[in-house]
Formats: sequence, structure tokens, C-alpha cells
Amino acid sequence: MSKMTLKTEGDKHVLVTRHFAAPPEAVYRAHTDPKLIQKWLLGPEGWTMPVCISEAKPGGKIRYEWSDGKGQGFFLTGEYLELEPFRRIVHVERMHLPDPTPDNHVETRFDVDSGGTLMTMRMTLPDAQTRAAMLATGMEHGMEASYQRLETMIWVAA
Amino acid sequence: MDSRSTLDAVFAALADPTRRAILARLAKGEATVNELTEPFEMTQPAISQHLKVLEDAGLVIRRVEGTRRPRRLAKNGIDAMDQWLAMLRKALEKNYDRLDTLLATMEAPKKGKFQ
Repeated sequence: MSKMTLKTEGDKHVLVTRHFAAPPEAVYRAHTDPKLIQKWLLGPEGWTMPVCISEAKPGGKIRYEWSDGKGQGFFLTGEYLELEPFRRIVHVERMHLPDPTPDNHVETRFDVDSGGTLMTMRMTLPDAQTRAAMLATGMEHGMEASYQRLETMIWVAA
Repeated sequence: MDSRSTLDAVFAALADPTRRAILARLAKGEATVNELTEPFEMTQPAISQHLKVLEDAGLVIRRVEGTRRPRRLAKNGIDAMDQWLAMLRKALEKNYDRLDTLLATMEAPKKGKFQ
């Protein structure tokens, strides 16, 4: 059932696509309304987002704070640059781990696609090293919950 | 990956952003310590120390070429980088699966409610 693709493009880009069985309006809202974002943008099992600020207007602030409920957490800040309601969002974001990572420039498109929505997210990092580090960060935060699964995967693959 | 200690060494090696950046650099081709020191704005001993951790973890291999000791990514290093991508993919997929569930419960948007 996995409809997501994730791939690198050139030296600085990461492309994510995903189909949703819902109209672009709904998918767009789920990406901009803080009450909705808090329900799904959580990463590994057990993590929550106690703080979610999303001011969906050009120049509006973004702040997501995640917690594992056991004292571990990190946060992300960003700004909206452009919003074309229900079609396109452009924003910048950075993780605080706790030092801020270089800005990730993200364009997210929502296109009507066979009765639903095709979301295309194009991230632009400053350089190849930053991109590698960002992808690695994704692993670190997945690691807590996924360590055992990963371990199994590695042992099976070996 | 032939033992638990190797696996631990790999995770420990990957836990440092400089070491991940070194792996990313080596993914583009082999490089000497000098060549690696330049972009990282770190001292040569500091880079050498990071390389030692990566070598001990089996992620990086050293080659002898006269007085040069170029480093390159080992097979395990390549696999580890693929693993990064796989983990990010997994976290994202989990998010989007949750979003599917959320979208299924959402009512049609009311006009003008969200600009």
C-alpha cells in the first residue's frame, strides 16, 4: 500500500511524492492547520507534538515541538514564504538539535490526481553535505522506536 | 555485519554529524586526510580521529599509494548511507499513513474557512 517515493535529485535536492485519497483542499489543510498537523506529523510511534504553531500566511511563523514523553525532544522552526491555497506551499525550515541545522527550502505542491491528490515535496539544501546530514538526522530520530526493526533488517540483509 | 559489536560501532560512528559529512564526501570519491580537512574547517588530527572511528566501524577503507593514504567508502559505509535513507523513508511513511487516517475522518472544507 506504500505509495510514497523518496529520492535525491542532483547534489542538493530531496524529492518526496505521495498520493492521498482525499481532495487537495483537505491535504493542504492537513499541512497548514496546526490542530491537524499535530495529529499526524509525529515521526516514530510514541512521539507527540505538544506545541504546533503554523501561521499560514506569507512571513508566518512555523514552530513544531516534538516529545517522546520521556524527556527527549527537539523542535523545528521556519517561515512560510508563499501560499497558494490548496495548491502550493513554499516555506523554509530548520531543525534545532539543539543547534540549528542549515535552512531547508521546501516547495510542496498538491495536484489533483485520479480522484485524490498527488503531493510533491521538493526540498533544497545548501549543499550535498547538509543533505546527507539531514537524511542522517531522519535516521537518528527514527532510531529510538525503530532500533529493533532496523536491527532485524540489517541481520536479515546480511 | 558479522557481530553485535560491529553494529554498535556503526551506530556510534554515525551518531556524529562530522562523521556523517565525511561519509557523504567519500561517497563522491576517495580523498586524503588533507583533502578532507579543508572543507570541514577542523584540524587534521580531529579529522584523523573521526576517520579512525569510521575505519574501526568498517565504514571507511584506507589505501596505500606511495606516501598518500586515500580513504574511500567501504561496502558497509555505502549500506549505512542507504540505511539512512531507508529510515527517513520509514518515518515519513508512518506520518503519511497517519495522514491517510486523518483525511478519511475530515469533512469537506467549508469555503473561506482556510485562506
